[in-house]
Amino acid sequence: MSSTIIEQGTVEKPHSEKNYLNADHTLKSWLLTVDHKRIGILYLISVTFFFFIGAIAAAMIRYELTSPKGILLSSEVYNKTFSAHGIYMVFQFLVVAIPAVLGNFLIPIMIGARDMAFPRLNLLSWYMFITGGALISLSFILGGVDAGWTFYVPLSTLSENQISLCLVGIFITGFSSIFTAVNFVATIHKMRAPGMTWYRLPLFIWSHYATAIVVLLGTPVVAITLFLVVVERGFGFGIFSPELGGDPVLFQHLFWFYSHPAVYIMILPAFGIISEVITCFSRRPIFGYRFIAYSSLAIAFLGFAVWGHHMFISSQSAFQGIVFSIITWVLAIPSAIKMFNWATTMYKGSVHFSTPMLYALGFMGLFLIGGLTGLHLASIDTDIHVTGTYFIVAHFHYVMVGGTILGYLGGIHFWFPKMFGRTYSEFWGRLSAMIVFVGFNLTFFPQFMVGYLGMPRRYHYYYFAPEWQIYHILSTAGSSVLGLGFLMPGIYLTYAIFKGKKAGANPWGAKGLEWEKCASPPVTENFSEPVIVTGSIYDYNPEEDSKLYENEDDSMLSGRGGL
Amino acid sequence: MGWGPFQFNIMPEPASKHAPYYDALFMAITGLAALFTIMVVAMIIFFASKYRRGTKVDRKNILTHHTGLELIWMGVPLVLAFLMFGWSTKNYMSVRTMPKDAVEIFCIGKQWMWHFQHMNGVRENNELHVVVGKPVKITMISQDVIHSLYLPEMRAQYMVVPGRYTELAFTPTKPGRYKILCAMHCGTQHSEMVGQLYVMNPTEYAEWVDKGGNKYKEKPLTIQEAGAQIYNEKGCANCHTGVDNPRAPTLNGIFGKSRRFADGTTAVADREYLREAIKMPHKKLTAGWENTMPVYGGTLTELQVLQLAEYIKTLTPGKGDFERQDMKRSTPGSSGDSSPVDVANKGGSAGNAQFRTSEGRR
Repeated sequence: MSSTIIEQGTVEKPHSEKNYLNADHTLKSWLLTVDHKRIGILYLISVTFFFFIGAIAAAMIRYELTSPKGILLSSEVYNKTFSAHGIYMVFQFLVVAIPAVLGNFLIPIMIGARDMAFPRLNLLSWYMFITGGALISLSFILGGVDAGWTFYVPLSTLSENQISLCLVGIFITGFSSIFTAVNFVATIHKMRAPGMTWYRLPLFIWSHYATAIVVLLGTPVVAITLFLVVVERGFGFGIFSPELGGDPVLFQHLFWFYSHPAVYIMILPAFGIISEVITCFSRRPIFGYRFIAYSSLAIAFLGFAVWGHHMFISSQSAFQGIVFSIITWVLAIPSAIKMFNWATTMYKGSVHFSTPMLYALGFMGLFLIGGLTGLHLASIDTDIHVTGTYFIVAHFHYVMVGGTILGYLGGIHFWFPKMFGRTYSEFWGRLSAMIVFVGFNLTFFPQFMVGYLGMPRRYHYYYFAPEWQIYHILSTAGSSVLGLGFLMPGIYLTYAIFKGKKAGANPWGAKGLEWEKCASPPVTENFSEPVIVTGSIYDYNPEEDSKLYENEDDSMLSGRGGL
Repeated sequence: MGWGPFQFNIMPEPASKHAPYYDALFMAITGLAALFTIMVVAMIIFFASKYRRGTKVDRKNILTHHTGLELIWMGVPLVLAFLMFGWSTKNYMSVRTMPKDAVEIFCIGKQWMWHFQHMNGVRENNELHVVVGKPVKITMISQDVIHSLYLPEMRAQYMVVPGRYTELAFTPTKPGRYKILCAMHCGTQHSEMVGQLYVMNPTEYAEWVDKGGNKYKEKPLTIQEAGAQIYNEKGCANCHTGVDNPRAPTLNGIFGKSRRFADGTTAVADREYLREAIKMPHKKLTAGWENTMPVYGGTLTELQVLQLAEYIKTLTPGKGDFERQDMKRSTPGSSGDSSPVDVANKGGSAGNAQFRTSEGRR
């Protein structure tokens, strides 16, 4: 470790310097911290934990489905397993992961602020997230929930299971998101450093701003809806059950009014990460900055007008269906804008295949497929046959796993040196990015096929159609590859936190306040001197950058070119 | 398709009139999606390899924005989107417009079973027999939670919701055995709420129907006859007679007609209205009458309500059959008049008033 050769990427500052990680070592200092960076790390640990629970449930589902007759579980336990998978992954991981971990950590640094606008609210939101997660976990310990993460009534009001407790947990987690969103909006509006104008904001900030607006408008609706289910279960108020004079389809309207925008809550932050990573590793200003920024806002607003496409066959009128269908078609455009702009950003760039870039390129491929198969579902006629089948399952996993989780992993790998002041092994990083990409496609592409054949989602048995088995076996085989791909970063990143090579302030040579003005890991105050922003954003020079590497062997797995 | 034990299909058999149209649109959208995927991926691969760090290529005069280019890649997909939307909506309207000449079938979804009732009285559980080439219209309602009747080979699906009727129509074109599935999670045995759809040749079907679905020793009651039986058993005729009377409005000829309610609103007396009027009569009181009818929400099953509605449909005004029947039964001393209907009519209740009226009219 005693390196005599000083190269880019090793120690630049004395080791003894205080930073947010070693400022205080007590457990109390972590649990009562109001430092946005430490709260980000608390979130990182907790979402990883919940992801692990959701992933175990997923593995059980995949194993069970390799046989048309089931293997280990009873139908009741199977239903609870997929409910757990959905509830943990959606409410305790996907909605929270990028904003609460990377957003919390980076937003104040990127805009040149010392902390969030409301640091104590930020800490409270983490405690609410943990409380919500604890109640959800308690509901599964006490008997489980079998209604799926969508909680459609009257199934969820008639079920004997621990649904009320679970819904209270989700309600509390929902308020944790709202608090985080309030913090983001206030911070981005009021805490920007002098000179940090709206058009100098990194696109990561724009996408988190759009996300926060969606959270603020949508989450209260789902919180109240789920609360009404609890009221109906507990006190017999007739809101949704037809037997009590309620309307079961009303629940679907209210639920999807939030839960469709929730898809954008999950994917918009990932868009922000991809914009940053693609720009950095193409070494040139991003193409169409304003179009990308505005398309985030367009998605946020249009996203509120398409919820009915989840309900084309739910007994809503044909006219309603057609209106929701056309708005959904239009909503494809802002995502297309982003995709084209990212691809064009590489034109005349100096492209480098580092680990974050591989994740970003993987994201683009998978999100393309995920987004474009959404067209089959926006189209009101083709939706009829495939809705409620594995086609839907494949579609939203391409968007949620291929999009959000690849974006999240790309972001974690990109900002890892900033968060922990150390670097990980580029070899293992690149390898894991490629394994995730291959495993992912192998897992979910067969699900498109079996869905088109008519396999409904949430089916435990399919002994009446043994011809579907081959697709399930392929999918399960892929999921073990995918699982390996997810496990690897868990291992080498954990290793790197403690034993990794020291990283300098700007190991990637990236632009942005967090790289240029802030140490790795940052000090508690983020910046040692006040920040004033003067230049324009993303002012890379690809020509100069490329010249530096003209004689270098930069093979994909050499593990040298990165840092 | 397949090899040895590995048998697989790549698309479900197209067995309805709509299926080829469906598949054409599905494939067109898939083609479009594939085209865009290949285009963008090719662009990414080309740029990423050509402008890879260290390659000696021109990197001068970088473009950071180009409004024309943005408008092109917004405009072209938008036009394509509208075209596909139009095509899809046309398909959708054709499949959601209920055919007039359809064979009518009723479907009750319950945890975890499909129950079908044909007009001629044949009932089936988790099986449905239909005739090839003739449109089928299924009127559906759920007895508990939301289900979704899904016939993949027909490319047909619609939800079966408690508390309201939904409809699904398709025209089978190929005789054979197909799947009936439930595509909305409905509880523990959701994946076992499956059945078979038999599409039969007309001769086979006629034979099957004639034998009462090979299930009954005697021919079953038709759906209207079953409805009439419930009508009598529950004593509906006690109040709802051939003409309006102080106790209740007549039901003869009301189906499909507009009704005026005590709160001033109006509605067409369709199946949905009849169901609510039977199960929760207090919700919409016909103008001019008191809230006296008992609630049948808990006593009648959804199937019985459907049968009653079909029977009420057959009651036509001016026929007079109904009145005469009532008259005969209420005549003291006539045979077999121990039913509660008659007991109620004997006293000086409001029921008698209409007998006098109808007598006077005659």
